[in-house]
Amino acid sequence: MLALIPLLPFGGFLVNAFFGRRLPKSISGGLATAVMAISCVISVMQVMTLAGMTPETRQINQVLYNWISAGDFSLDLALRLDALSAVMILVVTGIGSLIHLYSISYMHEETDPEYARYFSYLNLFCFFMLMLVLGSNVLVMFVGWEGVGLCSYLLIGYYYEKKSASDAAKKAFIVNRVGDFAFILGALLMVVTFNSLDFNTVALAAKGMPAETATFGTLSIITLLMFIGATGKSAQIPLYVWLPDAMEGPTPVSALIHAATMVTAGVYMIGRNAMLFEHAPMTLTIVAIIGAATALFAGTIGLVQNDIKRVLAYSTVSQLGYMFLAMGVGAYGAGIFHLYTHAFFKACLFLGSGAVIHALHGEQDIRNMGGLKKHIPITYWTFVIASLAIAGVPFLSGFFSKDEILFETFVESHRLLWGMGILTSLLTATYMFRLVHLTFHGEERFSRGTEPHGHVADGGHGAHGAPHDAPWPMATALVVLALGSILAGYVNLPHALGGHAALHEWLTPVFNATNCGQEVTSGALAGMAIEECAPVEERDPAEHAKTEITLMIVSSLIALGGIGLATYLWLKHKEIPAKLAAQYPGVHRLLLNKYYVDEVYDATIVQPIKVVSTEGLWRGFDVKIVDGAVNGAGYFVSGVSIVLRLLQNGSVKTYAASMFAGAVAVLAYYLWR
Amino acid sequence: MPIGHYLVLSGLLFAIGTAGVFLRRNLITLLLSVEIMLNAVNLAFVAFGRQWATTDGQIITFFVMTVAAAEAAVGLAIVIALFRHRESLNPEAFTSLKW
Repeated sequence: MLALIPLLPFGGFLVNAFFGRRLPKSISGGLATAVMAISCVISVMQVMTLAGMTPETRQINQVLYNWISAGDFSLDLALRLDALSAVMILVVTGIGSLIHLYSISYMHEETDPEYARYFSYLNLFCFFMLMLVLGSNVLVMFVGWEGVGLCSYLLIGYYYEKKSASDAAKKAFIVNRVGDFAFILGALLMVVTFNSLDFNTVALAAKGMPAETATFGTLSIITLLMFIGATGKSAQIPLYVWLPDAMEGPTPVSALIHAATMVTAGVYMIGRNAMLFEHAPMTLTIVAIIGAATALFAGTIGLVQNDIKRVLAYSTVSQLGYMFLAMGVGAYGAGIFHLYTHAFFKACLFLGSGAVIHALHGEQDIRNMGGLKKHIPITYWTFVIASLAIAGVPFLSGFFSKDEILFETFVESHRLLWGMGILTSLLTATYMFRLVHLTFHGEERFSRGTEPHGHVADGGHGAHGAPHDAPWPMATALVVLALGSILAGYVNLPHALGGHAALHEWLTPVFNATNCGQEVTSGALAGMAIEECAPVEERDPAEHAKTEITLMIVSSLIALGGIGLATYLWLKHKEIPAKLAAQYPGVHRLLLNKYYVDEVYDATIVQPIKVVSTEGLWRGFDVKIVDGAVNGAGYFVSGVSIVLRLLQNGSVKTYAASMFAGAVAVLAYYLWR
Repeated sequence: MPIGHYLVLSGLLFAIGTAGVFLRRNLITLLLSVEIMLNAVNLAFVAFGRQWATTDGQIITFFVMTVAAAEAAVGLAIVIALFRHRESLNPEAFTSLKW
């Protein structure tokens, strides 16, 4: 049953990949969406079964087959559903289904084969993401980990005739590979240390080890390597550069990458190995610092970008920074909670931006928008709700999750990181409402479709003119996601507000590895005594309730202040931003060019590698040594044969003479030996 | 009669045959010279067979005679074909089979 969840999208991929060329759009798109929806229903059923179990035994395992068996090391291709992966599969299949539904309408102007290709990639993407979250050991996770990298490459480069799209696809793939390399090194070190890759076994073994508070030991190295892998997949400093460029793909793909799949993989991976990270406090500190720095850094860039999707891309990088901050201060539950709420409002924002782009026939520059509110009301309202949620306005989903992260950071007394978080919160509210104002409010700056441009050739839209609102499949997805953006936070209503922090309670056994059983059977660990480790001490909720309420008020004010600031600057006094930009041209240019990080990477990494490859490896080693050896052998043989072929002159008598001379020589040898 | 006599005669015949192969410029004479060489070897075989009182030498001589007969048949046929082709029996006329 569990295996069906990933296998259904895989089946959809196979059908669309092999027969999609001949299928009409309604069948290829409908099938892809249907398999995702069925997969979602099965996921819900499985999670219900899971919820019926006691917290100590809350796991569903399914071994597909024994994959690797070498000596006392054994590895199964196995799936495992527990509280953490339950949250993930619901996000992946739920949001994934909505994005599929939305795509049916968004991509309908493509030709049949292209349409089927798109949906086959989309299904494959979901398959790999589900393998990633359901895998019961690091290697199965790694299969999914690599798979989503591949699918992101395929989907970002979907419009492969466009140079910028194929470049962005390659960039995403290569940057991901850098992280994956570190990840697999971490996995190998894990095999050496624990002789197992199974998450349960490793968590139990790590639980019995002392925390590496003073030394930077094996656990710290394993976790640091895996975290480097996560920076690639989840777009953190220093490997975040691929994500903004990933906007070259179709917009629903951006929603899929940013909300449901791919970038959440790194956060999930840390949650999955929480016990390991818990015993490597130095790595955790690095995680927290990188997270907070990324959040702030990406937020400042988002403030000045002019492409609607790029602003959203930087906001994703920034929100992922929050999640890593949460992971880094040991608030794994809060990180996963933010991942889950973020999936709703970010998917809603991306799909909304897709609807805007769709309405304006490919226009993405917010300087050429404005005043769209009355033309596309559904898109407008859903977009505003999601923006309010991401900004952290009270009682929407983003408010609860972001506040939990900031509260945990504050309580763990990382005051500096908390300050960075609050500042990011202000930036988030500001740039999101800059986007809302420039896109939907103010005067109309778009051209009224005199010429259809962008990626879609007009096909059956009716006459150009006023922008039209999203058709029903797109509207459905938007409305459902907007509702999710409002309500998703209430599953984890904090104690301070009279809730039970239900999600937190649901996830805690996973992070404390109390649901993993106590038996350790595999070789090296069999004799090792597993100390009963006290669960991470639970704070008394009442004790900090006051602090929490205070912090909530602070961050609410910050969020509202950010929105007010955006309204003041970009709606009421539009001359001020331009004046500011003119007053500090250096800062403005720095932000507009994204701190020149791409340029720095190009100069310090790409160009040297290019020079070494061209001059050293290609012109030096390959041409001179490899080709030299091969051609040299050829020249030697042909040179020698020019001399030797003179012997074959066609005269029978010469041949007879040489035969005779040979016979005489052999005889002579035996006679005078 | 001591075996030395036979072997000297055999050696002489073989030398005459070899000289014929190298020095004559007629394909038919060449074939004849080869026959002389073969028969020189036959003589040596028979002489050794008598010396050691075995029949091996005689038996192998029969084989050589059979092969020589076949060789003469095939060889002469080739010579006739060559002659029709080039109007010549000089072996130096047939050197086109080279690089």
